[in-house]
Amino acid sequence: MKEKHEKPLHRYGMVIDLDKCTGCGACVVACAAENNVSVRPDESDKKRFISWMQLYVIKNGKEYPEAEVCYIPRPCMHCEEDGHGNPHPPCVTVCVATATRVDINTGIVSQIPTRCIGCRYCQAACPYHARYFNWWDAYFPKGKGLERYLSPEISVRMRGVVEKCTFCHHRYMRAKRKAQAEGRKEIREDEYIPACAEACPAGAITFGDLNNPKHKVSQLIKSPRAFRLLERLNTKPKVYYLSSKEWVRRMADNYLPEELKPLT
Amino acid sequence: MTPFSFEWEWDIGHIIFFGFLYLCLTVIGLGLSWAGIKTVLQLLGLLWEKDLEED
Amino acid sequence: MESALFPEGVTRCSAKKFFLWTLPWLLILAWGGVSAVLCLWKALNQTNMSNIFAFALWIVFDLGLIALGAGAFFTGFLTYIIGKKELRDILNAAVIIGFICYSGAMAILGIDIGQPLRGWFIFWHANIHSMLVEVSFCITCYLIVLSIEFLPIILENRKLEEIKPIRLFGRNLHAIMAVFAATGTFLSFFHQGSLGGMFGVMYARPFAARGGFYIWPWTFFLFILSAIAAGPCFTILIVKIAEKLTKKKLVSDNTVQFLARLSGFLLATYLILKIADTIGWINGEAHRAGLRFMDFYKEGPYGVWLPIAEIGICGILPAIMLLIPKLRKQTKWLIIACLLNCTGIILNRFSFIIVTLAIPVLPFERFWSYLPTWQEWGVALASIAYGVLLFSVAYRYLPVFPKERELNPIS
Repeated sequence: MKEKHEKPLHRYGMVIDLDKCTGCGACVVACAAENNVSVRPDESDKKRFISWMQLYVIKNGKEYPEAEVCYIPRPCMHCEEDGHGNPHPPCVTVCVATATRVDINTGIVSQIPTRCIGCRYCQAACPYHARYFNWWDAYFPKGKGLERYLSPEISVRMRGVVEKCTFCHHRYMRAKRKAQAEGRKEIREDEYIPACAEACPAGAITFGDLNNPKHKVSQLIKSPRAFRLLERLNTKPKVYYLSSKEWVRRMADNYLPEELKPLT
Repeated sequence: MTPFSFEWEWDIGHIIFFGFLYLCLTVIGLGLSWAGIKTVLQLLGLLWEKDLEED
Repeated sequence: MESALFPEGVTRCSAKKFFLWTLPWLLILAWGGVSAVLCLWKALNQTNMSNIFAFALWIVFDLGLIALGAGAFFTGFLTYIIGKKELRDILNAAVIIGFICYSGAMAILGIDIGQPLRGWFIFWHANIHSMLVEVSFCITCYLIVLSIEFLPIILENRKLEEIKPIRLFGRNLHAIMAVFAATGTFLSFFHQGSLGGMFGVMYARPFAARGGFYIWPWTFFLFILSAIAAGPCFTILIVKIAEKLTKKKLVSDNTVQFLARLSGFLLATYLILKIADTIGWINGEAHRAGLRFMDFYKEGPYGVWLPIAEIGICGILPAIMLLIPKLRKQTKWLIIACLLNCTGIILNRFSFIIVTLAIPVLPFERFWSYLPTWQEWGVALASIAYGVLLFSVAYRYLPVFPKERELNPIS
């Protein structure tokens, strides 16, 4: 039985222009700093590190001078459907303790770290590997300087809980409080921007309300360069990518051999 | 978890799911109670002790 | 005198011999204890689980144990609800095996979740749309039912039975066992199914995702069927091992043959539906996601040998063996068939857990490998050791096999 889709007030989404992304990683660092993401003394174990915004590098597989490289920053997709037409992400239905919810007003998929029991079912359900488990306690030893960037707006997660990108939901709360103080109901486009979008030196990340035709994101997603990761799974992610390169768009999804025409 | 706790909703999902849970727990509880009460009554001599044979 | 605790009319080995038997299992249990303490103290980095292998060895053991423990509810259903009285020979053993499997699985889960102290949140903040919540509720209730089914067997210990209140309580419980058996059947049906449903509803994971009926994916029904096909075979296997070790006949041949034939029939039915489901999945969910059958079996050690072993060698082969009376009546072939059947079900659970996670969905994600650490093996093998110890102690002091005296007359 398919649940009814409620009409959401806002649908916050992101557009990442891969033609502009240089792979500098400023978004990754800004995200970690903004969200109190713990690092390990040895960060080389890439299977168990935490990186809400993860940077992938893909190549077109050709030799010089046709060799091309593309960097793909991947936050949480904040999916709208679970692949079967139900109006919530695949990770939300499966959570045992209701520790992850989708906020119907903003479309943001939040995480409640104090409620998470660490069963990791949501990690299994997410095809984008956007969820990270705390295999260790948070590493913020005194005197090493790491504790100096801790923000009071967002909790530090302890061991044994899952965390993920929240589109800097605390910044949304900050913007809402400011708007309320000024007697407004709506927040402006420039008032709520996640740390990654703010930090990107190339301006590759745009963030806004996909429901609002005046926001840049809702115009950008109409571009012929726009695509999403794993669209065929019907998770309806709210993170769009722009690329003029066909080979990049092909890497975003799986195709049966007979479905692809050869690349020119 | 219970109809009195936070997040409880009176929707069909909660009613069916917790309905069956409480039914199972009730059956188990009643069964145990029945065996216990019968034992006490038998010990007090108020009930006939039937020698239960394995058939 | 220890022999006063033995059931009436049977012999048991010396206390020294029994103690020597328990030693290796106690050592494994100790290994498991150390591993569990380390995981609770230092967090789950003690394992080799990762953000890719969120479910790993422990979940395979959990699902495997629960599938093999299905003999308990199914035998109870056949005895009390269908009325197959001859299964009473083996019912006690099946209940004890079931209790071992479920309590062992719960113990492993206590270490597996990242925040064991928050385990009760599954109940208090239950998300009723999650299959895992359904599993947790049903397994908890069923463990209570199994404990109640186990209790009369314990109370039938020769010395305990001499105490009148205990004897009466045990007999009164026994009289209403059908109620508990029916409740157990209902609960087991749902949790065996929901364990399959857990994977079928991961619609964004093409390897596991399945279509289905209403909210239940096809894996729901396939897991129930495979569990009732393999559970009785596991019970037969344990009984045969016990017979070998004790050098006694414990269960009459009729009982064993009935269960074995039924297992064969259920396994054959399951395989027909499983093959149909696999074909449907290849042409349905997999193709829609842009993936072919071999795309799932080309990474690491997870090759096409897996489905061949699961459905062929450990599926079709034991089904044939169990359905041919001439083979089934020979102990050697019966044990091989039961072993293959149980292995096939473990392979099925393994595939759904490990291969679902191992095969990346994003084309640019790399394949990561996984091998369990000694701590993971410790906790997992401790459940086996616990099972062996509990069954050994139960066999020694409790009348587990009602026909033991009749089948082994003391001259």
